[in-house]
Amino acid sequence: MNLTLKIWRQKDAASKGGIQTYQLGGVEPDMSFLEMLDVLNQELIDKGEEPVVFDHDCREGICGTCSLQINGEPHGPDRGITTCQLHMRMFKDGDTITIEPFRAKAFPVIKDLVVDRSSFERIQQAGGYISVNTSGNTQDANSIPIPKDKADAAFYAATCIGCGACVAACKNASAMLFTSAKVSQMALLPQGEVEADRRVLAMVEQMDKEGFGNCTNTGACEIECPKGISLENIARMNREYLRASVK
Amino acid sequence: MGVLDSKVPQGPLAEKWVSHKNEINLVNPANKRNIDVIIVGTGLAGGSAAATLAELGYNVKTFCYQDSPRRAHSIAAQGGINAAKNYQGDGDSDYRLFYDTVKGGDYRAREANVYRLAEVSGNIIDQCVAQGVPFAREYGGLLDNRSFGGVLVSRTFYAKGQTGQQLLLGCYSAMNRQINRGKIKSYTRHEMLDVVLVDGKARGIIARNLVTGEIERHSAHAVVIASGGYGNVFFLSTNAMGSNVTAAWKVHKKGAFFANPCFTQIHPTCIPVSGEHQSKLTLMSESLRNDGRIWVPKKLEDAKAIREGRLKPTELAEEDRDYYLERRYPAFGNLVPRDVASRAAKERCDAGFGVNKTGEAVYLDFSDAFMRYGREAVSTQKIENASEEQIRELGVAVVEAKYGNLFQMYEKIVDENPYKTPMKIYPAVHYTMGGLWVDYNLQTTVPGLYAAGEANFSDHGANRLGASALMQGLADGYFVLPYTMGDYLANDIRTGPISTDLPEFEEAEKNIRGQMERFINTKGTKSVDYFHKRLGKIMWDKVGMSRNATGLKEAISEIKALREEFWKDVRVPGIIDGMNPELEKAGRVADFLELGELFAKDALHREESCGGHFREEHQTEEGEALRDDENFMYVAAWEYTGEPADAVLHKEDLVYENIEVKTRSYK
Repeated sequence: MNLTLKIWRQKDAASKGGIQTYQLGGVEPDMSFLEMLDVLNQELIDKGEEPVVFDHDCREGICGTCSLQINGEPHGPDRGITTCQLHMRMFKDGDTITIEPFRAKAFPVIKDLVVDRSSFERIQQAGGYISVNTSGNTQDANSIPIPKDKADAAFYAATCIGCGACVAACKNASAMLFTSAKVSQMALLPQGEVEADRRVLAMVEQMDKEGFGNCTNTGACEIECPKGISLENIARMNREYLRASVK
Repeated sequence: MGVLDSKVPQGPLAEKWVSHKNEINLVNPANKRNIDVIIVGTGLAGGSAAATLAELGYNVKTFCYQDSPRRAHSIAAQGGINAAKNYQGDGDSDYRLFYDTVKGGDYRAREANVYRLAEVSGNIIDQCVAQGVPFAREYGGLLDNRSFGGVLVSRTFYAKGQTGQQLLLGCYSAMNRQINRGKIKSYTRHEMLDVVLVDGKARGIIARNLVTGEIERHSAHAVVIASGGYGNVFFLSTNAMGSNVTAAWKVHKKGAFFANPCFTQIHPTCIPVSGEHQSKLTLMSESLRNDGRIWVPKKLEDAKAIREGRLKPTELAEEDRDYYLERRYPAFGNLVPRDVASRAAKERCDAGFGVNKTGEAVYLDFSDAFMRYGREAVSTQKIENASEEQIRELGVAVVEAKYGNLFQMYEKIVDENPYKTPMKIYPAVHYTMGGLWVDYNLQTTVPGLYAAGEANFSDHGANRLGASALMQGLADGYFVLPYTMGDYLANDIRTGPISTDLPEFEEAEKNIRGQMERFINTKGTKSVDYFHKRLGKIMWDKVGMSRNATGLKEAISEIKALREEFWKDVRVPGIIDGMNPELEKAGRVADFLELGELFAKDALHREESCGGHFREEHQTEEGEALRDDENFMYVAAWEYTGEPADAVLHKEDLVYENIEVKTRSYK
């Protein structure tokens, strides 16, 4: 198929960016979206132009590196997947596709489609851990039985890949879904209960400091999340936060 | 023994590690604060080493090319992690895990290292649970296990098909605690481009900031390489796009020996290649072989009809299907080790029984599992007179709970519903058992330079068993390096900070800058990917699943010629002083073009078949691998002397005192 691509190009963080238009032919339905961009880049290199820079790594939907706002949607039109798992069979011959970086104040553009998501890391560093030493001198793993439903709920929260689609989907650029997934995973487990209060306060404080917006319950994050992280996590984090604040 | 001293402690196998820990030097807590450690790579091996060393008090700097340590490719590991917990009471023990791993590696791994791995395995699970890793549990609240290839017990702990992700997030949380304390400085979007030796010891690295392009000097008292494997030398593999050999190769060129490069794992269950545009391959977890049955049509005409779209696999009668693994290996069936399963798939496809357009795919079929689980559900839920369709649906739900994310991933890529029609799979490059040679302390042949996880060669011999990579990475990082590095660093308590103004740093930085300028100034006609793809094709065709002397010799000369062409004709657009992924790739491919040649040279010299290394000249009448223990029971450690072709071979003889060396049989 033949496509018209409107792609955000920006030299570096300090420069002003803009949309550029490219025509691309020979796209096959079995290609992934990023393989389509590989083909474009190959053509640009052959023509002596600079290729489009975008983030990607595992290309199997788990590392959370890839991003892209495709036709206004984080990770594009398909549901429950990342951009690297999006396939060109979702598009048709003659389509125009607009490709932009994830937009948020806390995710500044580095170059073209690449943004800086280190704000997510700082939220996790503020308290997203259980304070046990890694010396191996812990009790036997089976000495803490955990009800299966609790363990499963913690697991589902923990499947967040930290890609930032929730922020890009939100009109307020809120990071509540991400932060709440990290808070929930540990709050749901007995190992994490001990320092639950300290954790939620520290992580929320850091989240606010990074310049993410507030949550107004539109639910766009949940719809766009490639891993289906549930809004229940936000409710849980709010409860945790409230409880910790009034203590 | 020559220059290779494995430093395996004396004494009985089961006591070696404990007595070694009792005898090695320690660094007192106040002195640890004066010692710096650099760790390159933040997957399970590097991340866990960083967390533990920082916790002990050392000043740690970590480097990763990703934008976060938690995105390292350990995250993509699916199936699970082994541990000899014997929670299932099925006869597991440290010895049995040790035995399975040595046998699975086709008797090409070092006994003492493997035993230590088994010994600490149980502790890894304790540690991860304490960190909050949400492993799968049974209704009683205890941890669940499943079975993996090449073993007869259930010792694999898992978190659906995302075990690597959960373990890495656990490890990253331990790192975060230390980053928050200021004990780890995490350098993201940084790539190590060289190691710096001072007086023969590793004392720092040169790294490039991938955002600004700045070339930086970092010093330390010891350096750990935990940068993963080199599967991307094949261009197409299940590795991440950025996975590369550069850190390991650069230290090899500075004196670290490279061991068994030809031992590469081709994983049997990956999604087949769909076309020329393919940029990477996707694995379907080995855990699927617990419940999926692998088959191809019995008759050539049926295979042809399926390839041409005239026949559907679901229409083929049971008696017309060839469950070739169950037929050839009745004892292990679909759960034979990876090397055996991969070769068997290739054998059937080469014989014309492949089931996709390219003829390079076999079926992985869950229909029996749907019915088996369905009947179980009917029984526990006391459903009377359930119809076949009802039973199947109940079974589908059970399979979905176990492997849902893998089935979804398959459907998104292939556009076929694996609940309705069998999956199509084919082997792909997945893991490299070879790597930097290390002694029992995980130190390379360069003092102060360590290698951990997939980057070293030590524990998996010629073939790695499923769910053992995560175990090894975490064992190395949490439980081995923190002890063994202390022994070395005890001599550095009076050294003080290492200056980055030393001429050795200046020289290394100058060389790196020179290489970058050469890439940009070559202004050739072909992109980096063009060369990488050509290299991959040579590797896959001639140094892949089955190898012979003629092909290997051709590969060696073709790779050498390709390397020369690359340096004359590569086109790298953009600038050095800024973000430039093409420049990053150029450096990585330049190193792959050297490693590839050594890889083929190693494969050519090893005149036997063992594990993932299959030489057509050396096979039994039934087509099984034929080992030559008399002449090749050694680790091949290569010393760099200027060109890959001139690499000098050093042998570490493998001695088996606690295990009887036998022909590996899964029949």
